Amino acid sequence: MTINEIQDQIIEEFELFDDWTDKYEYIIEMGKKLPDLDAEFKIDENKIKGCQSNVWLTSEIKDSKLNFFADSDAVIVKGLVSMLIRVLSGHSPDDIANADLYFIDKIGMTQHLAQTRSNGLLSMVKQMKFYGLAYKAKMSKD
Amino acid sequence: MEILTELYPIETIRDDFPILHQDVNGKPLIYFDNAATTQKPFQVVEALTHYYLDINANIHRGIHTLAEKSTAEFEATRKEVRKFLNASSTDEIIFTKGVTDGINLVANGFAKSILKPGDEVVISAMEHHSNIVPWQMACEQTGAILKVVPINDQGEFLFEEYSKLLNEKTKIVSIVHVSNALGTINPAKEIITKAHSMGIPVLLDGAQSSSHLDIDVQDLDCDFFALSAHKVYGPTGVGVLYGKREWLDKLPPYQGGGEMIKEVTFTKTTFNELPYKFEAGTPNIGGVVAFKAALEYINQIGKASIAVYEDELLSYATEQLLAISGLRIIGTAKEKISVASFVIEGIHHQDLGVILDQQGVAVRTGHHCTQPLMNRLGILGTTRASFAMYNTKEEIDQFIIALNKAVKMLR
Repeated sequence: MTINEIQDQIIEEFELFDDWTDKYEYIIEMGKKLPDLDAEFKIDENKIKGCQSNVWLTSEIKDSKLNFFADSDAVIVKGLVSMLIRVLSGHSPDDIANADLYFIDKIGMTQHLAQTRSNGLLSMVKQMKFYGLAYKAKMSKD
Repeated sequence: MEILTELYPIETIRDDFPILHQDVNGKPLIYFDNAATTQKPFQVVEALTHYYLDINANIHRGIHTLAEKSTAEFEATRKEVRKFLNASSTDEIIFTKGVTDGINLVANGFAKSILKPGDEVVISAMEHHSNIVPWQMACEQTGAILKVVPINDQGEFLFEEYSKLLNEKTKIVSIVHVSNALGTINPAKEIITKAHSMGIPVLLDGAQSSSHLDIDVQDLDCDFFALSAHKVYGPTGVGVLYGKREWLDKLPPYQGGGEMIKEVTFTKTTFNELPYKFEAGTPNIGGVVAFKAALEYINQIGKASIAVYEDELLSYATEQLLAISGLRIIGTAKEKISVASFVIEGIHHQDLGVILDQQGVAVRTGHHCTQPLMNRLGILGTTRASFAMYNTKEEIDQFIIALNKAVKMLR
């Protein structure tokens, strides 16, 4: 599936929810399901800047596809992050760098991307795209 | 626990605060973030509007009618603030942008004219960054050393340890009067008496205390006292630094520019007398004028009544909170203002804040600009509910329901 096809799938899933409780319970469930990162990856170099919760992100290139692994000590952030990974992981660096992440707004989670320094989600998205750009540059050099 | 609502005009008060009557995410707003900033009664908003609609003109310089009117109203606030703090003179009331600005003014002055290498500045482990960073900068500039008074696990100032820290090298003690993160009321008078016995001046950070406690700077005998209008039901961008005349005369000007001068030539400039020496440039005139309305509003209800009411809210909230399993109150000093900070086992404060917000509840989560304090207490942050004169027992009930729902979803 393409990045946009996965985004559309998520949007469809969220349309089933009647109220905010169902929506957040789903996100919390996804957050709890996302495997914890090994302690060796929870280092400062992998930390995303965000005031309130700790978020770690690491990546790995395999068969020209970029995979992401992440963790957070706040479970709602972890849930949103697991959706980002579901959308972006396993695609080419180029696709990731150019991705337009419209699903966040469509599922009503834009406030979590807000510019307040109290969440790292915006920084997380930027970092994932940055990895895309960086790997794209590396691959065109190799 | 019964609240004395028969005597306290809570309905009238709530009617005076239009912003409280709105829905957030489809639920009535419950505003419990008053330690961050307070809401404003319509009287304050009207005063600000009146300023811009009727009398706006630059102050102290013009001779035309509008300039005289705006100057008179600006200075009327200064007189009101003098009364509010019981300062001995309006010359000792400096208008600033807020507490952070006021502390920077003093720290800068000390760095420029007093601190020498090896001198010491004493603060406490529970300070807000605004009463840490300016002193760190001053120490870095001058080679002075920052000393920190420790606290106990309840969040109380350790007076014995404080006494041990003071010596002939100590040049100033700068302490928060009331902790924003914990609600702890520090023994200000004793702290000041002790420092004065060794000839050391004291600055009190009054950001949280000025709206909850009666402030009498002469009785406290503090050398400096800083407050922010926006925490006392007034506008943002306005603050007050009270300083004893002898100290304000001693310190050099903070910012240079218009207003703070007597005479300017390219070879020499002489400075204006107090308080204007520290009020360079055009201030937030409208904000200062509107601030008077906030002080009058508080006086009309009475600080003592507000304090009793807020105390009851705190007791009620604390009792309800302690009934939640896994919840621990952070900040259990014997003397507190109406702030309830807590952590819940296994749940991150950011998650709590998000789910509470979905239910219309506004609380503050995180480190509350007191990272060293959070480190000392071994936590990353807390969820903080802080109450003001317009909050109610019913709101606390709704908050507890919302909190229980959040806990159920997140556990």
